[in-house]
Order: sequence, then structure tokens, then C-alpha cells
Amino acid sequence: MSVEALNRAKEILGATVVSTHSYRGDDTVVVEGVNALQALRTLRDDPEVAMNFLSDLTAVDYFGREPRFEVVYHLRSFKTGARLRVKALVAEPEDGSTPTCASAVELWASANWMEREVWDLYGIKFIGHPDLRRILMYEEFVGHPLRKDYPKEKRQPLVRRPPDEV
Amino acid sequence: MGLEFYTSRLGDAINWARKYSLFQYPFVTACCGMEFMAVWAPKYDVARFGAEFPRFSPRQADLLIIVGTITERQGPVLRRIYEQMCEPKWTVAFGVCASTGGFYQNYSTMPGADQCIPIDVYIPGCPPRPEQVLDGLIMLQDKIQEKRGFVQRRERREHDELLKAKGKLKVIP
Repeated sequence: MSVEALNRAKEILGATVVSTHSYRGDDTVVVEGVNALQALRTLRDDPEVAMNFLSDLTAVDYFGREPRFEVVYHLRSFKTGARLRVKALVAEPEDGSTPTCASAVELWASANWMEREVWDLYGIKFIGHPDLRRILMYEEFVGHPLRKDYPKEKRQPLVRRPPDEV
Repeated sequence: MGLEFYTSRLGDAINWARKYSLFQYPFVTACCGMEFMAVWAPKYDVARFGAEFPRFSPRQADLLIIVGTITERQGPVLRRIYEQMCEPKWTVAFGVCASTGGFYQNYSTMPGADQCIPIDVYIPGCPPRPEQVLDGLIMLQDKIQEKRGFVQRRERREHDELLKAKGKLKVIP
């Protein structure tokens, strides 16, 4: 169903596309993180695919793989009804600093909270985001809990019972 | 001696009244809430135990029922609600999540509401059967009558220390 959209996406994105795959109606375009914003803009503004709705934005941590992160955009076209998934490869910098990706808020306002969630849980910084704060965890929380190297049983309590309460 | 005997019997009478007029405040956070509604509906008739009346302010409640998963982020809120309740007060953990964290073992879930407030009765189950809840309620009533609730134990300890300081503690309670 969305194969037409995928073919058209390959056509208009050209050399930006790293790879594509289709599985049971799920059509995916993989691009480099640096090209992601431009690719998304092209897909949104192209009159034929017209991916004018961002239905979800999330991320995956492929720990041990290079590049380590993928930011995943789930797009939908109200014009054709087609769906398309765009994966942006985001590498962790060599010096261990925060991985970065361009913010899609300028394209879809709905990216705002979803990018905050990705920042909160995966620690991917979205450049150009108007208000990149934690959205689910508390401000005192240290680290990004959905990263694969976050210890599974590590806990960061906010309050504890006073010791005199037996 | 006579006075002490009298006060202890009065305490029993007061506790009898307390255990049959528990005004509860449900702190409902998760799916156990549906079971809680079922138990507190007419079919199981909690009015038999005098605990059917929910107060929608912790300031008017005696019994805090923690129904559902408590996250670390909710901890300060729960603690504050507990501190807003007037003494004497009791708490019940409804379901495994409130008791131990249940099947959650992750960065966000508090492993049991007793990490941030004292709990008097734990009702296990995912969710607990209504019979378990009623059993837990009866256990709480027994605790209230026998002055084994957390607040009552603390009161008794403070009372003993006061008497000790005044040199008046003769009988070990």
C-alpha cells in the first residue's frame, strides 16, 4: 500500500537514502542523522507523497552497534493515506559527549513533546528545540533510563521514610 | 493505679469506635482501582465494617488506601498526603504494586509504598480478590483495637517516654 510512497521517497531523496526496507506494509527509509531534517522537509513538502502528519517520534538504542542510536519518525499522509517510517542514524560522539540530531519542531509542532521524551529517556539532544527539558522523569534524575547501558536495577528515589519511623 | 486502669478501658472503647468508622481516602493510581471500586460497591457491602465512606480530602480521612503502582515521582506527593491526614491514621497497601512494586523492577517504580510512608496492612494480589480485601480490612480493625497501628505504637512509645521522664512509669504496658 505504501510502497508507492516508498518508491517516490527514494526518488526525491536520491543519494540521501542509506537503505530502505519493506515488511508487511511497513516501509522504511534510513537516512543519516545530519540529513534527517532535510529529508523530512522534502517528504512533507513533496506534493505527491505529502507526508504532512508526524504520528510518532521515538528512538532505539542499538548498544554496541555503530552508529548507536536511531531516531524513528512515523509519518502519515492525509492526502494519500500512506504511511512511511524514516529512521535517522545518530552516532554517539567519540569523546562520549551527548549525541545530537536536528529538531523537527519547525516542521511539526507535535514533535515538541516527543523530542522531549526522547531526550529524557535516551539522551539525544535535539538542536533547535525550543524547550528541551525532561518530560517524564523528575528534574533530579541523573542519566537516561532507556539507554541499554543504564543499570537495570539502579534506582533514584526522591523521598524516603524518616529513619525514626519504624 | 485506678486512673490508669480507667484510661486503658476508655482507650479500648475509643478504638472500638474507631475501627467501625474508618473514613477512607483512596489514593488510586492504577488498574487496581477498578477492583477497588468493585469491592467498595454494594455487592461486597463494606458498610458492614463501617468503612464505606470515602472522603475526598486526606484531611478528613482516617484510612489511606494506596491502590496501584507508586512511582518514584509520586513519592513526595504520597508522603505529603499522608502528612496532611489527622492522627490517628492508618494505611493499607492494596495489591502487590503498592506492597512491593509487584512485577515492576525498573528505574521509575517505587518498590512498595512503604519506602516513603508507614503501612499497616499489606493486601497482596494482582489484583486482590474482594475476600482478601475484606480480610485485610478485618486485620486492620484488629490492629486498631489492639493498638498495633503505626501511629498508635508511636503514640504509646511517646507516652511511655513522657511517663519515664516524669518518673511515673510503674507498669510495663
